[in-house]
Amino acid sequence: MQFFFEVLIGGLLAGIMYSLVALGFVLIYKASGVFNFAQGAMVFFAALTVVGFMEQGAPLPLAIGLCLIVMILLGVATERIVLRPLVNQPQITLFMATIGLAFFVEGLAQGLWGAQVHALDIGIPDTPIESLMDKTGMLISQFDLIAALICAVLVTLLAVFFNKTRIGRALRAVADDHQAALAVGIPLKQIWAIVWAVAGFVALVAGLLWGARNGVQFALTFVALKALPVLILGGFESIAGAIVGGLIVGSSEKLAEVFLGPYVGGGIEGWFAYVVALLFLLVRPQGLFGEKIIERV
Amino acid sequence: MLSSTARRLGRPAAALLGAAVIALGSGLAHGQAKEQFIPANFYWVGPYASGGSGIAGGFIDYFKMVNARDGGVNGVKITWEKCETEYNNARGVECYERSKNKGPTGASLIHPLSTGITYSLIDKGTADKIPIVSLGYGRADATIGSVFPYVFPLMTTYWSQAAAMVNFLGQREGGLAKLKGKKIVLLYHESAYGKEPIPVLTDLSKKYGYQLTTIAVPHPGNEQQSQWLQIRQIRPDWVILWGWGVMNPTALKAAQKTGFPRNKILGVWWSGAEEDVIPAGSAAKGYMAAGFNAPGTSYPAIQDILKYVYAKGDGEMEDKSRVGSIYYNRGVVLAAVSVEAIKVAQEHFGKGKPVTGEQVAWGLEHLNLDEKRLKQLGLSGFMPPTTTACNNHEGSGLVKFQQWDGTKWKILTANWVAPTPEDQKLVRSKMEASAAKYAKDKGITPRANCTDEN
Repeated sequence: MQFFFEVLIGGLLAGIMYSLVALGFVLIYKASGVFNFAQGAMVFFAALTVVGFMEQGAPLPLAIGLCLIVMILLGVATERIVLRPLVNQPQITLFMATIGLAFFVEGLAQGLWGAQVHALDIGIPDTPIESLMDKTGMLISQFDLIAALICAVLVTLLAVFFNKTRIGRALRAVADDHQAALAVGIPLKQIWAIVWAVAGFVALVAGLLWGARNGVQFALTFVALKALPVLILGGFESIAGAIVGGLIVGSSEKLAEVFLGPYVGGGIEGWFAYVVALLFLLVRPQGLFGEKIIERV
Repeated sequence: MLSSTARRLGRPAAALLGAAVIALGSGLAHGQAKEQFIPANFYWVGPYASGGSGIAGGFIDYFKMVNARDGGVNGVKITWEKCETEYNNARGVECYERSKNKGPTGASLIHPLSTGITYSLIDKGTADKIPIVSLGYGRADATIGSVFPYVFPLMTTYWSQAAAMVNFLGQREGGLAKLKGKKIVLLYHESAYGKEPIPVLTDLSKKYGYQLTTIAVPHPGNEQQSQWLQIRQIRPDWVILWGWGVMNPTALKAAQKTGFPRNKILGVWWSGAEEDVIPAGSAAKGYMAAGFNAPGTSYPAIQDILKYVYAKGDGEMEDKSRVGSIYYNRGVVLAAVSVEAIKVAQEHFGKGKPVTGEQVAWGLEHLNLDEKRLKQLGLSGFMPPTTTACNNHEGSGLVKFQQWDGTKWKILTANWVAPTPEDQKLVRSKMEASAAKYAKDKGITPRANCTDEN
């Protein structure tokens, strides 16, 4: 039973790491109704930029600060160059634009900072908490717990930003209808620039944590694959959904891998989350917290 | 264009112009005739760029050094052209098609640097008579040259390596007999590559009495908590890590997280480069891996690269500190074997002339890179002695084992380690059985008079 709980807790903590990536997708989707294919590339770009500045001699806090400025500039440039010409275009057009953006950002990152892999030490040890191990026999990583805490703070900040601020309400209005938002005087371009900059900030946090965990390398772009079933489960426009979806995906895939995997040859967690998401889609297409969209045809 | 010019100049002048054009053309052709083209179809961007760029750098730098120091191979300059495969099968095949007819004799040989691309090129290379050199990857059964005349898994295959690993683990335990009752986990990348060692490790588990558990890690392997919790439950004596890319540092970090000692993890040679351990930081300290090339810059051939290439500012690596890294040196091995095969082919078919792919295949089947020859090349101790034959496209089966001390790889075994002779026979019989099945499935009649010794 102790092993079951160890797997479960490990899965929940891993799920929070997935949620962190999913949050970036949710932000863009909330503001523009677009699935941002470039979110994984932004995570990679942010982490590589931090490491790049550190290798130039900047201490970690300064490197993070400089990277934040770069991510904001990237967000503003994305709005100016990629999105502005596409206002009022169908959502699929915007989605295709983000595919192009993903390739560009991946290439830009490797072009600027090289293709080498890097270690990133953010000062949080990824070792089991000894006191917990002595009392319960369970191995829970300090890093995972702190990552969960950071994620909780980030979600709270984002929830306050979206629900309690003027910009947040404007963001939600833009997400509902570009033209109507423009008609009532909401500055669409400014709003998009803000939301892409915020998504850049979330990518930076995700990049720091995932980069510290596995190293800063191109494979960071693959963490987006982990976010997709989370979004399907939680709903594309819900911050709370991203968290709950992450917890469900993380725990179910770990439990499946450990307890079902050995009977079917193992290595099932890669697709198990997608199967869960697919089954969920059949019952609740809009996800747990997604808005039910009724369209006239 | 030429006819209007001729009209303006008159017939004699046009004739002279024509003669000059022909002479210029033949001069170019003559110039081309002293070149030997080798495609550099690697990957400098994308997920595996850190490995691909290092190998490509060592590969091209070695050719530059041979051209600068020796004037090429018996006066024939090595030429190359880069093509980006992105480690993608379709791109790899496209690069092959683009490069196969370049140079005066077409592509001399090709290093696909990907098991997937290798599989895609086996039929094409055989039809075009261009050797596919899959050094350290690809099909182990391609060692059987009677069935695979144009495929060369040179030096050592995954199967030989798996058997050498068991031999090494036996040595660490104080003798192969002590493996009885031990628990070994194979943590593998869930792909054809990752599954390669399973048959050999399974057969050897029956022979030596160790308990083998195989645990798959789905691609890309950036999340391994559940696998390492299973390993913690099993409490193995050893974990063999058969990873690729991000899976390697993630495994080492997850091992640290679950309290598994890193000096009880033994990696395959694609899990044993700086790129596999640096991202894991201190979690990698003590980790061991196999390798068919040594790290470092102290070898005379590497010193010559620094002298003839980097001193003139012509090196491929933007970051010169990567010269001497595992992947860079692996690229040097790939190039050194290629140059040697061309030299052997020239000595047989005519010195100082470019050789064809078919002739290079002959050269690859007659390599005699013994200690003496490796010393002449400045590569003694750098790569294993390798002697090939028509029906032995591997030629060595030797590896060294190394350990990461937190800052660099240190060689643990001064001598090259082979599988035991009995295990070598077992591996060979598996290769023969697999090649025979392949020949039957594809309707191939194995070459006659193709033996294990030249």
